Amino acid sequence: MRRFLCALAGVVVAAGPACAVLPSEQLHDPKLEARARHIGDELRCVVCQNETIDQSDAPLAHDLRVILRQRLIAGDTDRQAIDYIVARYGHFVLLKPPFETQTLLLWLGPFLVLVVGAVGLGLMARSAARSDDQTAPLTPEEMALLRRRLEGEEGP
Amino acid sequence: MRRLLFLAPVVVFAGVVLAFAFGLRHDPSVLPSTLIGKPVPAFALPPVRPGDGGLASGQLTSGGGPRLLNAFASWCVSCRIEHPLLLALKAQGVPIDGLDWKDKAADGARYLVQQGDPYQRVGNDESGRVGIDLGVAGVPETFLVDGQGRVRYKQVGPITPDDWTRTIQPLMERLRRE
Repeated sequence: MRRFLCALAGVVVAAGPACAVLPSEQLHDPKLEARARHIGDELRCVVCQNETIDQSDAPLAHDLRVILRQRLIAGDTDRQAIDYIVARYGHFVLLKPPFETQTLLLWLGPFLVLVVGAVGLGLMARSAARSDDQTAPLTPEEMALLRRRLEGEEGP
Repeated sequence: MRRLLFLAPVVVFAGVVLAFAFGLRHDPSVLPSTLIGKPVPAFALPPVRPGDGGLASGQLTSGGGPRLLNAFASWCVSCRIEHPLLLALKAQGVPIDGLDWKDKAADGARYLVQQGDPYQRVGNDESGRVGIDLGVAGVPETFLVDGQGRVRYKQVGPITPDDWTRTIQPLMERLRRE
């Protein structure tokens, strides 16, 4: 039983993330294939939208993997090959969106929220401090009353 | 300042309402076309119907009024839902061309014989490469192409009668006057 569990654990660990790249699609040149895998891992399959084209079994993902490899063989740089797909399906296919004017809010949004939060906290702290200052000091009558109370005398 | 603080939850709530109002109406599975305003990419496809001329991009750009380019396939279930509408549009005189996507020509031809044929021209894109050039992610998808061969609108999924009367028909009429 123990041996079986060990074997099972070994299989699970060795399996790694699912990959749909078929042997027939793979390039003979290991360098090009590695580049294709690297790019394919960053492109979203437009059919099953939360998988990369490398993970997806959809026929369209297969077509895109083949096209990607054709572009690389034809001498495209990684950037050009990615742009070829983006020109057809839009920026949505990029799982790692580029930093540009259209994506400014996406990249800087969290920091914007942080700044707004910090400014809000600062304002709150300042107004709290100011309202403390605004408390009027005790009048001489109140001071006298307080002293009498503290010394245990009966008040009016 | 402190007096205005009670408004903060209201402002946050209004923000959440706005975010949901946009987010719940927006269907993330519908991708905007990158081709809007651009000419249809060049292609020349073999026929689906035996003995006719197929479909080439030049035929879409050679003047004439706006027309629909409908990507379909014989294996596609929602195309069958859309099909009666296409036949009705043909009866109204709306020019429609067909792109038989990732399909065998013989299967496409049989589909048109069985379901009726709303198309003026039909091209067979068995490898799906022309569809990919057009940014087709699945069928049916329909492009509204103007008289100069530029894509002006893309419908993802079957055209419903509502889509037609509210969106596509008004746009087509506007393009016809252009």
